[in-house]
Amino acid sequence: MLEFFTALNNPQIPFLRYAFLAGLIASIAFGVVGSYVVARRITYIAGAISHCVLGGIGASLYAQSKGIGWLDPILGALIAALLAAIVIGLVSIHAREREDTVIGALWAIGMAVGLLFIASTPGYVDPMSYLFGNILLVTQRDLWFIVGLDVVVVGVSWILYNNFLAVCFDEEYARIRGLNTSAYYLTLLCLTALTIVLLVRVVGIVMVVALLTLPAATAGRFARDLWQMMVLASLLCMVFVSGGLAASYSFNLPAGPVIIIFAGAVYLCVAVAGRLRSR
Amino acid sequence: MTQGLLLKNQMPTSEPVIEINKLNFSLNGKNILRNVDLTINQLDSTCVVGPNGGGKSTLVKLILGLLQPDNGSIRLLGRPPQESRSSVGYVPQYTNFDPMFPITVLEVALMGRLGMWGGSYSKTDKLRAMESLAEMEMADYARSKFAELSGGQQQRVLIARALASAASLLILDEPTSNIDAHVEFSLLELLQKLNKEMAIILVTHDLGFTSKFFKSVVCVNRDVYVHPTSEITGEVIQQLYGGDIHMVRHDHRCAEEGHVHA
Repeated sequence: MLEFFTALNNPQIPFLRYAFLAGLIASIAFGVVGSYVVARRITYIAGAISHCVLGGIGASLYAQSKGIGWLDPILGALIAALLAAIVIGLVSIHAREREDTVIGALWAIGMAVGLLFIASTPGYVDPMSYLFGNILLVTQRDLWFIVGLDVVVVGVSWILYNNFLAVCFDEEYARIRGLNTSAYYLTLLCLTALTIVLLVRVVGIVMVVALLTLPAATAGRFARDLWQMMVLASLLCMVFVSGGLAASYSFNLPAGPVIIIFAGAVYLCVAVAGRLRSR
Repeated sequence: MTQGLLLKNQMPTSEPVIEINKLNFSLNGKNILRNVDLTINQLDSTCVVGPNGGGKSTLVKLILGLLQPDNGSIRLLGRPPQESRSSVGYVPQYTNFDPMFPITVLEVALMGRLGMWGGSYSKTDKLRAMESLAEMEMADYARSKFAELSGGQQQRVLIARALASAASLLILDEPTSNIDAHVEFSLLELLQKLNKEMAIILVTHDLGFTSKFFKSVVCVNRDVYVHPTSEITGEVIQQLYGGDIHMVRHDHRCAEEGHVHA
């Protein structure tokens, strides 16, 4: 553990420090938005959004190889995530009956587009890094990007807290009170999209949703209201990311899976303990 | 609260709270409600009954402007539903709620004060929500988690939320579906009290609830008929539910002829 802290200060390996800081900063957004996602039960929608991100990453890698240098993969990921959030949101609002089928299809189509772009990009691009995360990919520029997005996500969630709470708890009633519930639902999905992009580099497209939902689900077992759930989930997320990074460094394992296993193990313990206690 | 009182005072006493004229509604080509005429006056107490799928909930959604009629008109508190529905107290079906949702009792009640643009709640909002909770004898639970209350207590909180909207009309959709008979009885007492200040509409598929408290009964099964409570007979019920129904008397005052099974 001590060597992890020494490594954080080592100027030779800045990426570890970047990943660590990115994790801590992003944890706030993950706790806040994750609580909404868990409370509103839209985990599978978050999953679909995160997998569509590969489409954006693939497209931007391809564009960069064609000379469009400004289209950074993280920017492509951001655009794809927002696009997916809006399309999936509209589908879920208007096509209630076959919602799950359409969302499942978009999930796969997003990934297929990404893989085709990556295959067409000259040179070798390893999709594994994007799918399962790679802390070597975190740059200093990403860190600023993450700070900016984090401020946006937490700020919007803060200002619209009462509205989101009402829309998540009882959508019909919120509508009667005059709220444009579809607009709030789409905004919530866009916030989810932005949050997913924050840590896609560290834990990867496939696993990022677990980091969004596991801390919130764990916190939900102790919290009295959404506000407490958000604070607790953010703290848990910080513990999972930093603990996972430390363990992965010490045992020389990939960071993403270690973080997710850590979060999953804690959730499982809390769930089992709660089950046993209620007997 | 002041807003609510003003609304009540401004309204001429003769104007009905709900006025529906020649309303038709269909969904996917299927006729759900046809040629509905319905007037509910101030301080009325109305029980809406009918079989499941007969159109009761659809009627409520139309009244609240959540659905649009194919033709015909609806006036709610003298205005189109979208404009006036925020002054209506509405208690939705209990089954709509996620039993795990993290929210406190006070937060639920405060939703009744939610404005169009939302944002934060004022001191008046909090005061009004607490008053409503106190009226429902739930003020002591304000900081408790909504999910941890009993079905009857949750029902009271939802009524408190409706009352916080400063209503001259209270609509309850299937409020008895998740509570036991004892709570059902006290709910009726409660409504009786509230009826002194506001019109009450209660939707139920449970005919046993059609007690003497309600001045009129609205039967909904594609067609809508209004009966004064005293007119509800086995014949009316058969007309509504079809012949295949056993009627059991609920008033528990066995008359000479005992229980009648139609």
